[in-house]
Amino acid sequence: MYNNNGIPKKHLLSAQLDLSKFSQEQFRPATDEEKRQQDVMSKSTTFFKDGMRKLFKNPLAVISIILLAIIIITIIVAPMIVPYSYEEILSVDGKRDKGAKNLAPFEYSKMEQKYIDEGGERFPHIFGTDEQCRDYFIRVIYGTRISLLIGFFASIIVLIIGMIYGSISGYIGGKVDLIMMRIVDIIYSLPDMLIIILLSVVLNETLKFKSGTLLARLGTNMVSLFIVFGLLYWVGLARLIRGQILSIKENEYILAARTIGAKPGRIIRKHILPNCLSVIIISTALQIPSAIFTESFLSFCGIGVKAPMPSLGSLANNARAGLQSYPYKLVFPAVMICLIVLSLNLIGDGLRDAFDPKLKR
Amino acid sequence: MVKYVIKRVLLAILTVLIICAITFFTMHAIPGGPFNREKALSESTIKALNERYGLDKPLVEQFFLYMKGLLHGDFGVSLKNGRNISDIIGESFPISAKLGISAMVVALFFGTLFGSLAALMRNKLPDRIIVFFSTLFTAVPSFVLATLLLLVFCIKLNWFPVWSPTTQNYVLPVIALSAYPMAYITRLSKTSMLDALSQDYIRTARAKGVSKTKMIFKHALRNSLIPVITYAGPQIAYIITGSMVVETIFTIGGLGGKFISGITNRDYTLIMATTIFLATLMVIANLICDLLYKLVDPRIKYE
Repeated sequence: MYNNNGIPKKHLLSAQLDLSKFSQEQFRPATDEEKRQQDVMSKSTTFFKDGMRKLFKNPLAVISIILLAIIIITIIVAPMIVPYSYEEILSVDGKRDKGAKNLAPFEYSKMEQKYIDEGGERFPHIFGTDEQCRDYFIRVIYGTRISLLIGFFASIIVLIIGMIYGSISGYIGGKVDLIMMRIVDIIYSLPDMLIIILLSVVLNETLKFKSGTLLARLGTNMVSLFIVFGLLYWVGLARLIRGQILSIKENEYILAARTIGAKPGRIIRKHILPNCLSVIIISTALQIPSAIFTESFLSFCGIGVKAPMPSLGSLANNARAGLQSYPYKLVFPAVMICLIVLSLNLIGDGLRDAFDPKLKR
Repeated sequence: MVKYVIKRVLLAILTVLIICAITFFTMHAIPGGPFNREKALSESTIKALNERYGLDKPLVEQFFLYMKGLLHGDFGVSLKNGRNISDIIGESFPISAKLGISAMVVALFFGTLFGSLAALMRNKLPDRIIVFFSTLFTAVPSFVLATLLLLVFCIKLNWFPVWSPTTQNYVLPVIALSAYPMAYITRLSKTSMLDALSQDYIRTARAKGVSKTKMIFKHALRNSLIPVITYAGPQIAYIITGSMVVETIFTIGGLGGKFISGITNRDYTLIMATTIFLATLMVIANLICDLLYKLVDPRIKYE
């Protein structure tokens, strides 16, 4: 079986290389030094890790992330520390405190001052109180919670619908794609803000929920806001993803997956969507501030969240009534909106630069 | 080109029709008729009223009657004060149009000016200041800016009179309305200007010895304006919705303010009519921008 120099003999009909023509010298094991050349010095990075690394090198994005983290921690922790609730009308020792109307930040009403002088303890009203004797700080905190939640969930709804619609349309192609994209074209050309206002007005009147359920607590306005987002806002993302898929679909690995019999659903999930991850991440990040903007606009028009529940937009709108005497009531929610939207915008820009250098503008 | 124009016009008409249908049918899905008052009317009165306004007919027939009315410029009657809506639109739209067009012009002019300046002085102090403010103003909602401007310049400093039909001062509303589009256009034109400046034809022009002003105005600026046109369409939509808020805050009797007061008063016919009117306006504006874009830049293929 072996030649005299220890190399396997070649079969007569085999098409393999004839090893007997090589000398033993060429088959000696690699030295340690040669082996070291193959060593992987750094850990291999994934697409996600690489993008994150670039993101954390962008100072503006890092500052925004820190700012947003502080805001999120505050809105989670503050309700545990502050002993008031957002709809609670202030009272001292079980008696309604009628003098606690429109207090300035860190001011106590007469009743509270008397109570403190007698040795009682009272948590300060950090942002003062509103015209209905409610602690304003906790209302701003809850308003921020609501606004952020709306932004977050609205983007998730948009993401899910847009992703499914876009990937089906892009993957199947042909006539189906044509029809699906015509529908998108038409929805895209509808003036979204007007339709949102219209639908909110109508849904407010038509939707009725059983009291006590989660939907009723959210209020019809919020639910209608989500419905509207689900109906209208996904088209932009659907278009983006379809475009991505059209180009990704032509790659060889898709062909390979198809050849070994993978089903379309699996190909979309395992091979195509991970490759449009950058587009998905970026557009979702930029969707959140736009949803917050829309919500605050609707709340300002009086068709936002339901009355005792505050949102940043409705707080700013209510503050307009006593603007001359209590301008700080507008300033707090307004600054909050600006900070959130600004930091989300900057994070979105940072993500775009980090994950998709081609899109960089 | 002709085929593209026809296709776009047809799509625009279809969009307007769909908007009319959505508006009409959703508004009619609201429970309760227009004559449900706190004081109950007698049944025969309601019947007579329904017949008078054609409300006893099937909904689809009502829709076609409404559409027929729209084509003749008849928007129906306001539920709250019984006035003709076409009259309301007729008197309030010119104010809104004046406000909106001035805001648009201001935003386009200063936006491209600041954007080009920032691009030409890249990484210098003016660039940084412009970038800072344009980033900041894309995060300020128009109602916050409008309220603050009103508070500071009208009430505290008294530089501008508060709006009334006799003292019409457009300065503050225009600033409030144009801030966001201006910031956006600044960012947009900065990038497109940078893009244009790095093109080969600029190098050729410089090699030929073209003066700097001529190079900027004749070669770079013209080309950098093209992407701005695409953005002008959505901008008009923003200005229309933004004007609602700004007009409400400055108590200007424009169409946007009327729309918001229609929402608070639950004046359904007014909401319906203004929605259709404004939406048609937006669709037409978008159509014009699209066609203009294709006309200006021959490099773009017609789909």
